[in-house]
Amino acid sequence: MTSTVDTSPAEVPDFPMERAAGRPFDPPPAARAKQEESALTRVRLWDGSTPWLVTRYAEQRALLSDSRVSADIATPGYPSPAPLPKDGGSRISFILMDDPEHNRLRRMVTAPFSMRRVAAMRPAIQQIVDDRIDELLAGPRPVDLVEAFALPVPSLVICELLGVPYSDHDFFQENSKVIVRRAASHEERMAGHAALSGYLERLVGEKEANPADDLLSGLAVRVTAGELTRAEAAQMGVLLLIAGHETTANMIALGTLALLEHPDQLALLRSSDDPKLVASATEELLRYLNITHNGRRRAVVEDIEVGGEVVRAGEGLILANDIANRDTSVFEDPDRLDITRDAHRHVAFGFGVHQCLGQQLARLELQIVYSTLYRRIPTLALAGDLADIPFKHDGSVYGVYELPVTW
Amino acid sequence: MKVTVDEDRCCGAGTCVLLVPEVFDQREDDGVVVLLEAAPAEGFHAAVREAANVCPAAAITVAETA
Ligand code: SF4
Repeated sequence: MTSTVDTSPAEVPDFPMERAAGRPFDPPPAARAKQEESALTRVRLWDGSTPWLVTRYAEQRALLSDSRVSADIATPGYPSPAPLPKDGGSRISFILMDDPEHNRLRRMVTAPFSMRRVAAMRPAIQQIVDDRIDELLAGPRPVDLVEAFALPVPSLVICELLGVPYSDHDFFQENSKVIVRRAASHEERMAGHAALSGYLERLVGEKEANPADDLLSGLAVRVTAGELTRAEAAQMGVLLLIAGHETTANMIALGTLALLEHPDQLALLRSSDDPKLVASATEELLRYLNITHNGRRRAVVEDIEVGGEVVRAGEGLILANDIANRDTSVFEDPDRLDITRDAHRHVAFGFGVHQCLGQQLARLELQIVYSTLYRRIPTLALAGDLADIPFKHDGSVYGVYELPVTW
Repeated sequence: MKVTVDEDRCCGAGTCVLLVPEVFDQREDDGVVVLLEAAPAEGFHAAVREAANVCPAAAITVAETA
């Protein structure tokens, strides 16, 4: 017998891993256990490949800002979450590209997401939130908070910013849902993409003829100027539309559930007037819930030594930000939801040049929601049992499918 | 303390502005970092160091001169 190596098939755990029963807010225990052993560990994907799972905070940040690491899905070794289409249509947007191409395209849409521009949207977002709460209060109860509030709020905001008619929300919400559902078949996901791309290409075309004061019109002007193709502009629109409402909607619903399950924290948030506490509560919920739970995916293009391992060119990396956000070397008592802690170093928005473009908008929306909803509906309560809540274990974005609430 | 920024690296996510708006701003047309104060007052040093630390693109450099 030859000596055993730790990459023998039996010892490499499957990824994604499962959360523990009754612990819906905590990452998979198996991944936490790995984090205690080492910074990097092998995992097995659906296709039999065994990329590295990077579990610790420091190593994750180092690798995500290392130029020897590629975000391009076509790089050999890239740990794909699903089969790739043969036509290369998977390079749907700049999130799956490297610089300088990534930087060139990203900068075309950065301006509306800057701190100042986002801050200027505060009154409009507050109005959207207030209106939806008025409707909630006037409607029946119990009600599904996802459908009645968590999904409409960020959808209305991103529609306004992009210049997409909200009246089409059934169409784009349905298609986005399919795209982020891990259990969806490859064909279903591609069909969802095609539908959204076609829709946005038409919209960009209309804005080329009739530009308004919105993000898609800004892209349409670049199409007219020959800096961008209409298809590229449409892909950016698809990305921003999906990212803009799926993620924030889940943070609203899951954040509300987490607070309802931690009544002391909810009471603290509701009783304080301090915008600093609202801001720190938002960072803490982002850290604690970390809804992008499938890790950031990368491929290594040159050997790198990190965390006592050498990762080789052609190997894949999965950077588990949910586990990094529970790293005890950065966050004290990380499994405790504590809205007064300073959690701003979390990596819920990722790290490196691909860090979430819409993070300031997400922060503002969440701050407004978390400081308004529970104040205006102080008796908000779960209508039913936690055990009956359907969680999005199968989605690329974690959250709840439904959240029945009453007051 | 002397602060420098590398505009080419910046990805415009605005974390630095969030942490120290007195020292960092973002360009109007593309969100790229603008350094308002290359030699910030003592009171901002800790926050500026933190901004350099959390800048995802490593676009902020801090030199601790006397
Ligand atoms: S934190 Fe870094 S990447 Fe983000 S705006 Fe500031 S300098 Fe640019």
